Amino acid sequence: MSEAVISDWPAAKETGHPPVVELFKVTKRFGSFTALENVSLCLKPGTLHALLGENGAGKSTLVKALLGYHVADSGSVMVGGHEVAMTHPTVAHGLGIGMVYQHFTLVPNLTVAENLVLSRDELPVVIDWAAERRRLVEFMATMPFAIDLDRPVAALAAGEKQKVEILKQLYLGRKVIVLDEPTSVLTQQEADEVLSLIRARVVAGQLSVLMISHKFREITAYADEVTILRKGQWVGSGKVADMTTKQMADLMMGGGTTVAAADRREGPPGEVRLRLESLRADDDVGVPAVDRVSLEVRAGEILGIAGVSGNGQKELVEVLAGQRRATSGVIRVDELPYTPTRTAMRRAGVHILPEEPLRNACVGSMSVAANLAFRDFDRAPLVKAGWFVSWKAITARARSLIERYGIRTTGPDAPIASLSGGNVQRAVLAREVDGTARVLIVANPCFGLDFGAVAQVRRRIMEARNGGAAVLLVSEDLDELLQLSDRLAVMADGALVHHTTPAATTPAELGKYMAGHP
Amino acid sequence: MSDDAALGWLGVPLAVVAGAIRVSTPFILVSLGECLTERSGRINLGLEGTLVLGAMTGYGVSYLSGSPWLGVLAAGTAGALFGLLHGWLCSLRRVNDIALGIALMLLGTGLAFFLGKALIQPTAPRLPTIPMGGWLGNEQLASALAISPLFLLGLGLAPLLAWGLRSTRAGLRLRTVGESADAARALGLSVDGWRIGATACGGFLAGIGGSYMSLVYPGSWNEGLSSGQGLMAVALVIFARWQPVRCVWAGLLFGGTSALGPALQSVGVTGGYYLFNAAPYVLTLGIMILTSSPHRTLAGMPLELTRIR
Repeated sequence: MSEAVISDWPAAKETGHPPVVELFKVTKRFGSFTALENVSLCLKPGTLHALLGENGAGKSTLVKALLGYHVADSGSVMVGGHEVAMTHPTVAHGLGIGMVYQHFTLVPNLTVAENLVLSRDELPVVIDWAAERRRLVEFMATMPFAIDLDRPVAALAAGEKQKVEILKQLYLGRKVIVLDEPTSVLTQQEADEVLSLIRARVVAGQLSVLMISHKFREITAYADEVTILRKGQWVGSGKVADMTTKQMADLMMGGGTTVAAADRREGPPGEVRLRLESLRADDDVGVPAVDRVSLEVRAGEILGIAGVSGNGQKELVEVLAGQRRATSGVIRVDELPYTPTRTAMRRAGVHILPEEPLRNACVGSMSVAANLAFRDFDRAPLVKAGWFVSWKAITARARSLIERYGIRTTGPDAPIASLSGGNVQRAVLAREVDGTARVLIVANPCFGLDFGAVAQVRRRIMEARNGGAAVLLVSEDLDELLQLSDRLAVMADGALVHHTTPAATTPAELGKYMAGHP
Repeated sequence: MSDDAALGWLGVPLAVVAGAIRVSTPFILVSLGECLTERSGRINLGLEGTLVLGAMTGYGVSYLSGSPWLGVLAAGTAGALFGLLHGWLCSLRRVNDIALGIALMLLGTGLAFFLGKALIQPTAPRLPTIPMGGWLGNEQLASALAISPLFLLGLGLAPLLAWGLRSTRAGLRLRTVGESADAARALGLSVDGWRIGATACGGFLAGIGGSYMSLVYPGSWNEGLSSGQGLMAVALVIFARWQPVRCVWAGLLFGGTSALGPALQSVGVTGGYYLFNAAPYVLTLGIMILTSSPHRTLAGMPLELTRIR
């Protein structure tokens, strides 16, 4: 059935195998900075090839050279044994090569169906929606996960958007797909689902995949080969079966510099710091999203909230952050009713590390220093004589935070939007965790971060807990939740449906509750 | 007006309906044009200038050529050129849509007054209307139902635009450009090209809307012709939540309430004349307040509009 549908598409009409794709001695410089130097990679037909490397190792530059977004300064791209001038993405698309970006390229206010149809390479002048829909429904029936075609993409959670991005490439009949951290927003079950689907197509010889990933579990389970980059250089490649995780990690990190996980300081938790009583909230279109959530978090403990994205976690965090109004229910901090205003947040020491921090916790065009000062720019010592903001003090403090948290920026004056995702996360972490967080609310803190950054972020969260903060950790990453949490709750359809502890549960059990089928 | 009085109080709803049809046409045409422009992610506040320029051009060409239809076409062309100018200037770096729109609004009216000075005296052939109420056997009803083809044009264009935005390649791409410039670029679309085109189309419709005012109703050219219809039409687009068909309803509602003041005056209710003239604005405000909510996003707003610098 899937064949019948796929064969409607011009790109898939030639039923042959995907072509060999080779990058040969590619070098790319940006000004004086060499992003890639003499890197070669061979993507054999019908293989799943992992591309491993830290932030800034040149992975994105390499795949962008393959897709025609960057033209390499030297070196060549060969498809099916022929050298191709990859000057524009349309050249790559014409050869059946497509990419799923880490940042979504879907149009938010269009529906899923419109987004899929829109991306077709040759779109008819008049769109016959009845026929398009029929084809989409048939196509979706062959996919292992269902997405409501009529929902606007803006109403989808991050995980669902990622699925649509991947569906889009399959729908377009691409033969070679580049995936940039495809599972970073998915639950383990969803990730396995997506990767199994892709893997099945790879094994059947219908597809070649180049996958940027940081997850060794996924690389060992799904990839055939791996290429490892470090600081723009090729440092190793080979069959995954022949390598150990340790070998790969050592090549990637250059040995040695891993951040040790923070130890959990044992001991009974303290008093209840954060208490939610029957909290309800609606989503953007007025549909109930958070359904009578009651919970408590004590000082010195981490309560993890697991759930598939789109089950009300986003709205819950927004209510706690003061970005959304609860329709009913009470938030208590230190047992006193709490309304998230700036004054109340400061008085109660409620700090928040929201998901997509660049959008939710930063002003992109303002400097790193200014963003780091959002919590206390209007307080001594950053304010002189009661009302005079001292940029000198703000910059000096920023320098010290940049140093201590290892934020990679050209300086405190750089706009924060110019930083990479990992460094934005570090900056917001520095602002929120440093100092006096008594209640810390964290949402998907490691989305899109590389190996080293993940360890650092988790270490800081654990340190905040050990320091006596009450931490509410909302995450879609079960490994993260099981590693960090003292207690766990599962959120499904807006409600907390299951309470447990990491020691008493397994990812499989959590997955059942997350899917709403206990 | 004295005819209306003969009908007594019955004349009030009749005048409102007739007003809705007569007054609404420029609102409908301009707001449909602006709807198209805004769906591409641009705001053209200069449409008031385009409208007045269109009115002058339409009147002038009709007078010189003797053909009011040629006048309508010329008005549209002048509007499109003005839209093209807006679109092109906006594509330059660091040019602000809003400021440029206001500048072009003033330029358009100024240009129209300057070039149209000689047109205040002469009488140009007016656009004929289609008598639709003759069978009623009542002169007042018949004159109320004499409908301009331009009104029908607006009426027909709205569902056509709605369909086009939903079900044509061009419509889907236009919306993509208006919703996410990044996504549009990833698809290989020229964002500026689409926006310039959409602004020119918007200008074309606004120009035709202007020609309605000088060639149909009120049907003459003078400097006091427009009382901000072009600007109000831009607000109507927001009111209509960027939906073409709703632009028509909004235009009709606005036209109908505009006729309330004169209609009441004609049956002898003279108190609060100016207050009744403000009725459309009060109504618009009222509906805006009732249908908006701070807890929900403004449904239908093209996202690129939020990024206008």
